Amino acid sequence: MKENDIYSELNSIRNLMERSTKFISLSGLSGIMAGIYALIGAFIGYKLVYTENSGLLFRDFYVNDPMVWWPLFLVAAVVLALSLITGIMLTIRQAKKKGENYWNPVSKRLLTSMAIPLFTGGLLILILIFRGYYGIISSSCLIFYGLALVAGSQYTFSDVKWLGFCEIILGLLAALLPGYGIVFWVIGFGILHILYGSIMHFKYNQ
Amino acid sequence: MKVLLDQFDKAFENRIRLQIMSVLVANESYDFNSLKELLNVTDGNLASHLKALEKEEYITVNKSFVGRKPNTQYTASKTGRDAFKKHLEALENLIKQQKH
Repeated sequence: MKENDIYSELNSIRNLMERSTKFISLSGLSGIMAGIYALIGAFIGYKLVYTENSGLLFRDFYVNDPMVWWPLFLVAAVVLALSLITGIMLTIRQAKKKGENYWNPVSKRLLTSMAIPLFTGGLLILILIFRGYYGIISSSCLIFYGLALVAGSQYTFSDVKWLGFCEIILGLLAALLPGYGIVFWVIGFGILHILYGSIMHFKYNQ
Repeated sequence: MKVLLDQFDKAFENRIRLQIMSVLVANESYDFNSLKELLNVTDGNLASHLKALEKEEYITVNKSFVGRKPNTQYTASKTGRDAFKKHLEALENLIKQQKH
């Protein structure tokens, strides 16, 4: 056995171990799109809660008014749905481009590990809305989303873990500063997603 | 050189068998179809190599059904993991030997 043969053998082992445990067809572009949807959603939300001359410190409406929080809830749901659809479509496209099956043991593990914190968080947020604790909804969204990312990151790029930690920290800060949910929402779901998506796109897509 | 080559596991002489083992060592278990896709081999080819590894008791097979489709899961056994580790060590030693 020649030295080159050994290296190629070791390389193929390493490559297979990695490919069989990590789902690497996540698309950076879907992160950017999710960020843009979140920014548009936040803008609409801002228009619903604040009027033109009020700025961030003074508002004409409060979120606990049903006339305000139903449209807000709707906007958030649409943003979530659009982000998910775009993400799934771009991931399938990316997997096809790489000749990888998008529905394999790793992508299943990735989804199930993320689903647990996401569903727990989703239910908790519905309970919070139902009980009228509007002040910590934005914070809970960020925290549970961050936890889901950290949980899923072991089955994909490790960069996802750092995005998760950032979301958790932002979520905790949002809980400390109630009433500024929209600011943290814009940073966490908008700016961070665009930043992370761009990094992923340039790091892995070229 | 001859002595060192003796340390290599005969079961891993074939590249596909070594690749199957790499996947099974890194994962709790893996099913036939996903393995086939990952390694890019034919049904018959994969099945014969899996049989060989099963005969060595390097892997265990767990057959079940998902609906009507057969779902066969493969898991690396303790013997298989040890053999894989030894094989890697032998490769490593060979590299070290050639550096001198």
